[in-house]
Amino acid sequence: MISVDLSNKIGKYTTFACAILIITITMSILFLIAYKGLAIFTRDGVSLHSFFLSSKWNPDATPAEGGPFVGAAPFIAGSVAISLLALLFSAPFGIGVAIFMAEISTGWGRKIMQPVIELFVGIPSVVYGWIGLSVLVPLIRNHVGGMGFSLLAGSIVLSIMIFPTIASISTDSLMANPADIREGSLGLGVTRWQTILMVMVPAAMPGILTSIVLALARAFGEALAVQMVIGNAIRMPTSLLGPMHTMTSIITMEMSDTVMGTVSNDVLWTIAFILLLISFLFILLIRTINRGRTAMR
Amino acid sequence: MISSRVSERIATAIFYLIAILVSALLIALIGYILYRGLRVIDWHFLTAAPLPFQAGGGIGPEIFNSLLLLFLTMLLTIPLGLGVGIYLSEFAGESGITRSIRICIESLASMPSIVIGIFGLMLFVTILKWGFSVLSGVMVLTVLNLPVMTRIAEDAIKNVSRDLREASLALGATQWQTITNVVLVAAIPSLVTGIILSAGRVFGEAAALLYTAGITTPALRFNDFNPLSYNSPFYLFRPAETLAVHIWKVNSEGLNPDASQIADGASAVLIIMVLLFNLVSRWTGSWLFNKKTGQ
Repeated sequence: MISVDLSNKIGKYTTFACAILIITITMSILFLIAYKGLAIFTRDGVSLHSFFLSSKWNPDATPAEGGPFVGAAPFIAGSVAISLLALLFSAPFGIGVAIFMAEISTGWGRKIMQPVIELFVGIPSVVYGWIGLSVLVPLIRNHVGGMGFSLLAGSIVLSIMIFPTIASISTDSLMANPADIREGSLGLGVTRWQTILMVMVPAAMPGILTSIVLALARAFGEALAVQMVIGNAIRMPTSLLGPMHTMTSIITMEMSDTVMGTVSNDVLWTIAFILLLISFLFILLIRTINRGRTAMR
Repeated sequence: MISSRVSERIATAIFYLIAILVSALLIALIGYILYRGLRVIDWHFLTAAPLPFQAGGGIGPEIFNSLLLLFLTMLLTIPLGLGVGIYLSEFAGESGITRSIRICIESLASMPSIVIGIFGLMLFVTILKWGFSVLSGVMVLTVLNLPVMTRIAEDAIKNVSRDLREASLALGATQWQTITNVVLVAAIPSLVTGIILSAGRVFGEAAALLYTAGITTPALRFNDFNPLSYNSPFYLFRPAETLAVHIWKVNSEGLNPDASQIADGASAVLIIMVLLFNLVSRWTGSWLFNKKTGQ
């Protein structure tokens, strides 16, 4: 029989090994994607300028034709545009529902809205994409204009998908406010609405900002739901009703059609690497927002 | 200028309106999927294999693949996630290693699933030569689910009351005995709730699986239990298109004349499963809690 002291040690080191595994996985992802992603600059000799700032896309063009052209600006601009627009649609509803649950209807309202938010999270992204494709795209085509496959369709689908992130984290943040400040404000004769606007929301601001950054991170990373409704045309996202592309959608579409080791494949890894760096940037931003408060987990 | 009383009323009305709109949207979404899907779903649709290039196929193998991948993923993530959760909540101090573990969990949790998918394409499919397979799919799903599971485990363990821990330690139990016999047992209701909810997410994942588990399935012989034969459903090195991936594929390839009916039916099955995961997690959570507290 193993002694109790030994089992204690074994337990500690096994769980520690699991924790080290997480570090290993994260580092392998970072190194592998970085290694593949940087090849376009180191091996294929593409300049940073012609990757980030050009919108000319023809990775298969031979050097004789002046190629390869790997301007990723349309994808980067597409991801930024669709994510910011989705945030614009989603934030008022997300924060509104959070205020509703934390301040206005804290009894049955919260009891109903909690599962509503969880179900929004539970609906798989391909199902959002399919509803977008079968309902939203024809609706836009018939009543607004264009082909339907558009920046507008993509950002509406995305806004529904990021809504629960904003709503649930903002609610937690509002509910973490000490009751004293609300009572203090109400006791001074301030109305409830003014208390919410002037006291409760500002006090919960770091949490609300965190929810918005996390929602943006989710929007940037979403692939299939977006890819199904934006039309996948390589052009700058200059119109709400025009088709477009994003960083995730080009990876989704092209990864299987290109051969590993070629320029047209390498550039997809570069785009994935940028996506990875952006997600690290968001984490950094959240840490900065919450610096000085209790560490966010 | 409007009086503060009036603006108070208006503001309250607006917040109720937002909550009602959001709830109505959810009901409309779920109602629409079920309405469209239930017209398609019958026994044949749920069990038959898909037919290429023609109408009338089913989604049987896809449902099986989804369940198989989910089961194997949970088999890996539950112990690993519990391990990390226990380490962070019970053993970890405020050292540099602890900080880097936390940063890694946060980074992993916010990585786009398509990026994790192509990482799997590189490492599991290409370098390790597992090909588009059940195993490659399970691996990326594990990477995807690990940060979620860790958070669930750590929260569940942290919420166990201090008194229980101290009582156990005061009785002479070691730290490890306290963790396995007292803390984990007390954390079971919230662990189970969290695990089932995260299972719903794994079940609906598609982006990470396109380039790992693949978008095809060989003809499966459901009476073949030899895990080494290619057509066995339990062979780990065969491609395994899941239900969520199938919805994406029929829409983007459009080779089936009845693609939209297939997507309707498959979406409804996915939604029903997700609703089920939600309900079951709620029920078992409260059932276990009542049982434990003797109510």
